[in-house]
Amino acid sequence: MSGASRIADDVRSGARSARDVLDEHLEAINRREPDIHAFNAVLADEARAAADGVDAAVARGDDPGPLAGVPLALKDNMCTRGLLTTCSSRILEGWRPPYDATVVERVRAAGAVVIGKTNLDEFAMGSSTENSAFGPTRNPHDLTRVPGGSSGGSAAAVAAGFAPLALGSDTGGSIRQPAALCGVVGVKPTYGAVSRYGLIAFASSLDQIGPFAATVEDAALLLEVIAGHDSLDSTSIAGPAPQLVAGLDEGVSGLRVGIVDEMTEIDGIEPQVRDAVRAAAAGLEAAGAKVDTVSVPSATYGISAYYLIAPAEASSNLARYDGVRYGLRVDADDVSHMNSATREAGFGREVKRRIMLGTYALSAGYYDAYYGQAQRVRTLILRDFERVYEQFDVLIAATSPTVAFELGAKTADPLAMYLCDVCTVPVNLTGHPAMSVPFGTGDAGLPIGVQVLAPALGEPTMFRVARAIEQAAGR
Amino acid sequence: MAERITRADVEHVAQLARLALSEEEIVSLSEELGAILDYAAQVSALDTHDVPPTAHPLPLVNVFRPDEARPGLPRDEVLAAAPSVQDKRFRVPRILGEEP
Repeated sequence: MSGASRIADDVRSGARSARDVLDEHLEAINRREPDIHAFNAVLADEARAAADGVDAAVARGDDPGPLAGVPLALKDNMCTRGLLTTCSSRILEGWRPPYDATVVERVRAAGAVVIGKTNLDEFAMGSSTENSAFGPTRNPHDLTRVPGGSSGGSAAAVAAGFAPLALGSDTGGSIRQPAALCGVVGVKPTYGAVSRYGLIAFASSLDQIGPFAATVEDAALLLEVIAGHDSLDSTSIAGPAPQLVAGLDEGVSGLRVGIVDEMTEIDGIEPQVRDAVRAAAAGLEAAGAKVDTVSVPSATYGISAYYLIAPAEASSNLARYDGVRYGLRVDADDVSHMNSATREAGFGREVKRRIMLGTYALSAGYYDAYYGQAQRVRTLILRDFERVYEQFDVLIAATSPTVAFELGAKTADPLAMYLCDVCTVPVNLTGHPAMSVPFGTGDAGLPIGVQVLAPALGEPTMFRVARAIEQAAGR
Repeated sequence: MAERITRADVEHVAQLARLALSEEEIVSLSEELGAILDYAAQVSALDTHDVPPTAHPLPLVNVFRPDEARPGLPRDEVLAAAPSVQDKRFRVPRILGEEP
């Protein structure tokens, strides 16, 4: 039994108090947070009140739920009623949402203690958490390196022991890539498996909330709590949340596993990462799976399609930051100039770049060649994966082509930063689930992640395979 | 399909997107957008004749709910977050061309 599961068991049985558990984690935050900067806000007072509430429930003989007393860090693009929610952007600085995201309600109802709001690339646009208006987060394994992004604060919080669990959002790899770079487990569920109500939108057809944890079991536990239909999100899938923890150790005997060529044998991938994928595959084979390589030719076009579709959707979603209803306003004589001046002052460099890119791709004369063509390529990628899943139960690949890189290494070249997502964007386009599992370390002891992919709603099998990879890695 | 992004393109798109860009941003964005679009134009290499577009990964059609009145967000909390409020409404500067 691992971290979060053990804490919840101990708190439910009265063996430990939620307050003691919280204090230990706040102590860890006091020690290392000044160096790491995982949080935009540590919610110590609110967390103490929540932990005392859990302890009071146990004392009354009530069951606080499957996450009883487990500290949990929330990416700061999920709405928390009355508590600052910034998206790491100046344009939302000081904003206190009038409602909670559905995932926030669900984790609290399950007994989790929200310990803070974590740093991200502004509006989740980035792969290093350097695009935050409030300064970068640093990788707990090496403070000169990035934690990945955009959910870098959540990944770093789990890796540093600030919280056993965290939530992030994944539009093009923003959970899986930082999980790989920080040596933790990160899951992008099937599109629609988790409600997006209260997740501040980046690209609505791609965004999905998912868990970070130190172990596959803890990630499964958290996903069971947050998944399931929500009437407040019309894109959420009907039906109950999947059962994941119960079948975790059923093994992989007889499963057909494909190693995706286009997401492993690629230009620019570090040999140490490729070797880790091969070693994980060997581990699965030793555990009884049938492993083969497979080609998904259109996956090569994932990045180019993604960097047209995601900015196009973002340019539309971010139109709401107009200085009228919330956040920053820079005054001007008329509405149009007030809008432009507010957006100029409130958005950072990368956000402006994506709004411009998306607006261009959607503009008259370019729509069909860029956005329309990208949507048709999206269909081809989906068809390719569906064809491959007729022959394979799950796929494996690299998560990130490299281990954590140094701060500043890619900030001058937007395209180099975008290519960090080469192995992760295809499944955002298809809506399929995928997760990153730590698999050893490479140069200088930096973590490496291996990605497991499954067809839509294939989470139970995906988690079994992830668990087997975790065991093959000796964890 | 490679496009050179001119200064006029950047200014036009910025106007569509309601972004007031600095001189330095106009210059650097012309270059960066050109490079990114050159890369993204790889999508044109694939034959998509007769391929329908995918706008969304789920095969969803309209989702209906019963037409029942329910409470909205608390008005005071919503207005408390606004930059400027008057008579329980959002206050904005005058609309272009309108007499004050």
